Amino acid sequence: MSARVARLRRTAIPYVLELPGGAWVVFFFVVPLAAILSVSLMTGNSIDGYTLTWNFHIYPDVIDQYSTQFVRSFYYGLASTAIALVVMYPVAYWIAFHGGRHKSTLLLVILLPFFVSFVIRILTWQFILADQGIVLGTLKDIGLLPSGFHVLSTPAAVIAGLTYDALPFMALPIYVALENIDRTHIEAAADLGASRFEQFLRVVLPLSAPGVYAGILLVAITNIGDYVSAAILGGPSTTMIGNIIQTQYVQNANYPTASALALILMAALLLGMWVYTRAFGTRTLQEYV
Amino acid sequence: MEADPAFLRGLTQSRFSRRRFVRAGATAAAVAGFGSALSACGIAGTRDTGAPAGFDWASWWARQQKHGVLDWANWPLYIDTSHGSHPSLELFTKQTGIQVNYKPVIQDNASFFSQISPVLQEKQGIGYDLIVITDGWELTQMIANSWLIPLDHSRIPNFARYAGPIARHPVFDPKNRYTVTWQAGITGIGYDPRMTGREITSVKDLWDPAFKGKVGMMSDNTELGSVGMLALGIDPAKSTPADWKRAATLLTKQRDEGIVRQYYDQSYIKALEDGDTWITQAWSGDIFQANYSGFGHLKFVIPKEGGMLWHDNCMIPLHAQNPVDALEWVDFYYQPKIEAMIEDWVNYLCPVPAAQPKIANGLDDPSVANSPLVFPSAADMSRLRGYYDFKGIDDHDEWTSIFDPVIQS
Repeated sequence: MSARVARLRRTAIPYVLELPGGAWVVFFFVVPLAAILSVSLMTGNSIDGYTLTWNFHIYPDVIDQYSTQFVRSFYYGLASTAIALVVMYPVAYWIAFHGGRHKSTLLLVILLPFFVSFVIRILTWQFILADQGIVLGTLKDIGLLPSGFHVLSTPAAVIAGLTYDALPFMALPIYVALENIDRTHIEAAADLGASRFEQFLRVVLPLSAPGVYAGILLVAITNIGDYVSAAILGGPSTTMIGNIIQTQYVQNANYPTASALALILMAALLLGMWVYTRAFGTRTLQEYV
Repeated sequence: MEADPAFLRGLTQSRFSRRRFVRAGATAAAVAGFGSALSACGIAGTRDTGAPAGFDWASWWARQQKHGVLDWANWPLYIDTSHGSHPSLELFTKQTGIQVNYKPVIQDNASFFSQISPVLQEKQGIGYDLIVITDGWELTQMIANSWLIPLDHSRIPNFARYAGPIARHPVFDPKNRYTVTWQAGITGIGYDPRMTGREITSVKDLWDPAFKGKVGMMSDNTELGSVGMLALGIDPAKSTPADWKRAATLLTKQRDEGIVRQYYDQSYIKALEDGDTWITQAWSGDIFQANYSGFGHLKFVIPKEGGMLWHDNCMIPLHAQNPVDALEWVDFYYQPKIEAMIEDWVNYLCPVPAAQPKIANGLDDPSVANSPLVFPSAADMSRLRGYYDFKGIDDHDEWTSIFDPVIQS
């Protein structure tokens, strides 16, 4: 009898132990997700209400209808991620290796714009890049640009806005990875005759990979789902999937379509993440975290 | 002393594999998730959540009393403002003892409606006694859901006495049963003559390839669809789904030829001021205000095919706590003297014609009093059209599914 109780207790302990964590996952992840899933399968309208009719057809329908915006979101999101990486790696490198006692000041400078709201920052770009604004207007006045030239309302403006917002999120993880590199490794490489370029290529770069990996993940996921940049800096044909979801949800009260789009976006991102992790290593992610 | 072997084992070996841990968690989560999915197998609609049909509003009004408080939600920059306070509201408080909690919280109809509708659906008050909504799909729903308290016109005699033709019997609310006009306005064309190089007279100028990439259109699908129909010579108020499709085709062509710079919300006025656009769909009051804030060169025109007349309307939402105070303010507002104070600052279409001499003489501001955008001529008025009044949700969904793909491509 008592042996059975002991055995029961032993089996029960892991479940009891995971209750807090499990409850967290259930309340903040599984329940909302299941709710979105069930809403996406409903039909109806805002006046008569929506009922669950297991309308799986909505998935192929919305993919068909909004494939352009899906593809565009991934294109803009990944392009901005790549640009942010190319721009911020050297910056993070310089701060980590040559920042000296100004490191924290320099990091603060990178973060400083983020004390202002995202929307305000993007709106400021709208002001700076206006056709007759302080930049383009001046260049046009001195004849460096044709009078019809404009940046706003183009895909380039949207990608630039996304990139701008991504800069610190790319810089910080890379900086942390670079900062953690044991300097003696580099010295050892130098002692063994590696040139400065080889030291970078064969020691620093591989050791900073976890930071790069994390930076790409952070930036790509947020940027692919973004809608503010396209709404403020974009033109008639730069709509991203986030804009469609917002319109369908807020303006049209079309909850099933909005939910289906959100789930498809999430699934696509998960799939992309899985492939990316497979290719570039879970090991490095775990090492990093 | 010998250590307990079990204790040692516990320190050195993991007793539950990570994988088992995760699997147990996933199972528990899946069960809970499935349960919640089943329980949430519907979202309630708004039908039958309003006042019951045949409710005796007359005796309801007879029971209401003044409380000395008014909670009012309006749009930003939509009342006279001086040094951070509102003179007309202060005068109102002085004369009636009613404290006004004025909240300029309405940024656009759709988002405001999406905020208040879940509350009204639960048959609760939204915390405002007076709200301002434009005629359109949101107002249609407010009326259809019986989410508005019919106005007691015996408490607003100044409306009957002073309201002009603009404010009386609008198509969407004949007899002003639920609403009275706060301000009205015209959707026409705003342009910068220095850039266009010529005067603009027609809706078709929005399709002129000479302005390629410099034409601003509105992202509001009602405004966009309506101007498309004006260009086809169709009266939007009398249009059919077949007309909507023709208009959408015309608008898509305009977009695909690169003529449209962008589909704008309220930010269209900044785009015109900044030179991003040369010609744009525009609201009359915005251009008027721009003229007096450093952009005197901008012009507004009611195109020869017609302009759209819209109304921003005061209404009392169901479950409002201070309906008597709300109507007292509306009555106060409709006095020519008070309306003049506000109109001189707001500059949209004035619902009280008798305010014109007050602005011209009393306030000594002939630029507002003589403006055809504030007090339009009879000839201008005759060219104004009303919006299509949606017959129901299917009607509205069809409109949306035709015009949204033009805007969000």
